[in-house]
Amino acid sequence: MNFKLKDIGPQLITVLAVVLVFGFFTYNAQVNMENRGIDFGYGFLSQESSFDVQFSLIEYDGSHSYFRAYLVGLLNTILVSVIGIILATILGVIVGIARLSPNYLINKFAAFYVEFFRNIPLLLQIFFWYFAALRALPLPQDAEPMFGISFLTIKGLFVPAFIWQNFNVFFYSIVAAIIAIIVIRAHAKKKQETIGKQTPVLLISIGLLLILPLLSFLIGGVRLSFEIPVLKQLATTSFIYEGGVSLPPELIALALSLSLYTATFIAECVRAGIQGVGKGQKEAAASIGLTPNQVLKLVIMPQALRIIIPPTTNQYLNLTKNSSLAAAIAYPDLVLVFAGTALMQTGKAIEIVSITMFTYLSLSISISILMNWYNRKIAIQEK
Amino acid sequence: MFKYLKQLFSLVAMVAVLFTFTTETMAAKKSKTLKNTQKKGFVRCGVSQGLPGFSNADAAGNWTGVDVDVCRAVAAAVLGDANKVKFTPLSAKERFTALTSGEIDILSRNTTWTLSRDADIGLTFVGVNFYDGQGFMVRKSSGITSTSQFKNGISACTNIGTTTELNMRDFFNSRGISYEPVAFEKADEVVAAYDAGRCDTYTTDKSGLAAQRTKMKNPDEHIVLPETISKEPLGPVVRQGDSVWEDIVRWSLNTMIEAEEYGITSANADSMKTSDNPQIKRLVGAEGEMGAAFGLDNEWNLRIIKQVGNYGESYKRNIADTGILPDRGPNELWTKGGILYVPPSR
Repeated sequence: MNFKLKDIGPQLITVLAVVLVFGFFTYNAQVNMENRGIDFGYGFLSQESSFDVQFSLIEYDGSHSYFRAYLVGLLNTILVSVIGIILATILGVIVGIARLSPNYLINKFAAFYVEFFRNIPLLLQIFFWYFAALRALPLPQDAEPMFGISFLTIKGLFVPAFIWQNFNVFFYSIVAAIIAIIVIRAHAKKKQETIGKQTPVLLISIGLLLILPLLSFLIGGVRLSFEIPVLKQLATTSFIYEGGVSLPPELIALALSLSLYTATFIAECVRAGIQGVGKGQKEAAASIGLTPNQVLKLVIMPQALRIIIPPTTNQYLNLTKNSSLAAAIAYPDLVLVFAGTALMQTGKAIEIVSITMFTYLSLSISISILMNWYNRKIAIQEK
Repeated sequence: MFKYLKQLFSLVAMVAVLFTFTTETMAAKKSKTLKNTQKKGFVRCGVSQGLPGFSNADAAGNWTGVDVDVCRAVAAAVLGDANKVKFTPLSAKERFTALTSGEIDILSRNTTWTLSRDADIGLTFVGVNFYDGQGFMVRKSSGITSTSQFKNGISACTNIGTTTELNMRDFFNSRGISYEPVAFEKADEVVAAYDAGRCDTYTTDKSGLAAQRTKMKNPDEHIVLPETISKEPLGPVVRQGDSVWEDIVRWSLNTMIEAEEYGITSANADSMKTSDNPQIKRLVGAEGEMGAAFGLDNEWNLRIIKQVGNYGESYKRNIADTGILPDRGPNELWTKGGILYVPPSR
């Protein structure tokens, strides 16, 4: 009996202390809010927001609810995080491998890039890219067309919009191609394991991805046309492009600075991962006659990934959370739209900040779960 | 005998306690904010992050502006020294939280008085120290001279967390114009982005436009359009729930405006004590007990006028002489064609 009490006593006290501290803060907040006549409640979420947002992935204007405004901000945060993660990963892997290159110039250039970008505060980099881009980019009327159809201007990147007919047929053809590729790959792997014959999977995959969608155009009745942005005059010296799709410069600057910054850390993860694989592994692989590509693909990478994935997960989380710096350059992310404008218009500080915190927590945990799952999948399965 | 002595002792103690309670004025006892301010020795005042004419710090960190003067007036009234103010620069987004959470005691930061702010979020507006309205700034070279020339697709730079965002939507919607709102957290970034050409127009309170124009690379290249699309009565705000503090701030502002009405300035305030006009004498603490209700001495208003000046002096020093808005417009006294009209101090 005594033994048990000694065992759980400290834990009970800890739990009690945590409950008391939280209880005190909750009680304190309640009393203070009551004294100052502030109501608490989430009812405002269904009220009309009555403010507009510059850039939204879903239909939204001021006549929609605050909840809808929250979704707009959340989707914009996810959008810039996903773009940032993809770009940072590609760039990070390239730079990480380049740092190990025997070529002096490539090696030093990659090292310079890493040291330069990871040692300047991110907010400064965001300001730099945004205002440098604003100063450097041409006004809409002076913009040179890229490939004759796209325009990069101070007011954003204007690209043609796709106008589809029978888009669903095209979509199904892509899905069918992907399913076929998965089946063929599984089949080819089995074939190699049983009778040792290799199948040119890559060629077949590319072929399928080209032929099936092409067929959908030829016999499926799919038609694609483009809506090219056209210059429109607003006033003597003020122009804008109409039609097509426009990406605001705020999104471009933010995605660029986030990925340039995070890529430096990912590059270091990649370098550490590759260097973490024993030299003997590479030599042994070469000695059994594998080509350099096969050595990298079959021997080095599977072992390096185990070292690379966990710290890279941290970088993905950092990038997602850093995207909240968007507020500084007017990119309408969750913090600017919801914890900014919506908070100001409603005055519901505790409610909105708690929702925002919970949202970032959920986003980060989702990324963690996904990456942990991937990590388990590629980890060495001990038999 | 001993029993009676004990009773007598407790009676004396009770009287003593009662006495100490009554000597401390009822007002000061009721106002926690006043008591704390006097204990700390400075007024905690929330201002903007730099808006010339309203609240702006120079290189040495000295704050000036008409909003700043309201806080200085309160400091002169309750502490006897207009310099005993601690200024906290706040963004539009932070300002109300800073006030309701008790980080500051007065918010004097070109804040628009609206129903929802007054009623909803635990704030009380005490008056208006500047009558403003939202306007638009455009580049002169654009050839736009009126908002009626705005066309679909126009991009407008502004601040988040202000009434501006809502007015802008009302304005463009009622005219059926589609627009791109580009909203920044800080005013400096709004100006930088507009100046670089990101937006076709910059919209905020007209006084703000006039003030920010002075910060631009080439102020002469920009004009403020004549239309005013909203009412923006700007004024100081206090926390709800301390009515004595609220009264002190309200009447500090009123004193400055009324002093101008009666021609009392920082230079002649002392000599006004012997005026024949009882209203003037009340304003300089020479008649009546005007401070008692707040728990202040009788010369609180004299100190405001002597140390900070009347409203006209403050306006001239901060807004007119700096070239921001030389014309007082609606911010002229009601006796001179403006709409500044405050209840009498009596």
